[in-house]
Amino acid sequence: MTAEPLRETAAVYWRPRVDDARLVRRGRIWTLTTVAHTIPYGIASAVLLSLEPLTAPLAAILVAHAWVIPALYAKRGANVLKPRPRAAAGPEQTAVGLLGDLVGHDARDLHARTGLVLERGTLGVWLVGESGAVLVRPGGRRVHCWCVHVDDKTLPSADRIAHLLLALRTDEHGFATVANLAFSGARRRLRRRLHPAMRPALDAAGEAAAPAVP
Amino acid sequence: MARLIRMDGTGHTTVAEWTAEDAQAVEAAVAAFREQLDAGYYAVVSEGEGRARQVDELPLDAPLVILRRPIAGG
Repeated sequence: MTAEPLRETAAVYWRPRVDDARLVRRGRIWTLTTVAHTIPYGIASAVLLSLEPLTAPLAAILVAHAWVIPALYAKRGANVLKPRPRAAAGPEQTAVGLLGDLVGHDARDLHARTGLVLERGTLGVWLVGESGAVLVRPGGRRVHCWCVHVDDKTLPSADRIAHLLLALRTDEHGFATVANLAFSGARRRLRRRLHPAMRPALDAAGEAAAPAVP
Repeated sequence: MARLIRMDGTGHTTVAEWTAEDAQAVEAAVAAFREQLDAGYYAVVSEGEGRARQVDELPLDAPLVILRRPIAGG
């Protein structure tokens, strides 16, 4: 339990506080929405083909829609981890030093390789980027991608991450309440749209969230 | 020596340093702390991996107090 809620939650007082049950519900709604976007196109293309084989090009366009819409949602999720323009080398180095003091050796190493910080929480395993975070839920199969940032463009990259990390550590549930959900779905769908350099971080988070094999 | 630092465009800036025995330094640190909070910063004490605590008063026994800007969704 958190002693005191994150201050920023006052700015989004109308939002119910995120908890485990709400995350499960929101995940199901996202899945239903994806199905609702996909199935009608699939059915329509099948019906067209069965009625008139000459409509094959149109059926193909419908199938493409059924594929593209979920792909765009996953891309939106991947964009929360997109790196921002770098500050000058000096401030960046100073900021990396402070971030390094806040995390352990493994997280430091992962950040150096991928630009992301892995943080274990009660809701799952987080990957914190410069302007967003991905939560890998227990089991490692589902992810929630959150858009959240500190509104100061002068900050070096590592400081932007440190801002989010400290807020997350202060109140994990409050952090998820303040952030905007950009995508929820299968980890593999997100992985395909993620920058290749960042994929090892998502893999590490997936492994950390997966149940231990006896 | 304990430090109050502010994350900013330079990476971070040391706003104040103090030791519990130095009353003058403590007084200056408390004043600087209040000034930063009034300017819209939030103060956080890192309590090891995975834990942090937001504070409204300068915790004189903490080795490091970090000032951060508010975060927002979007």
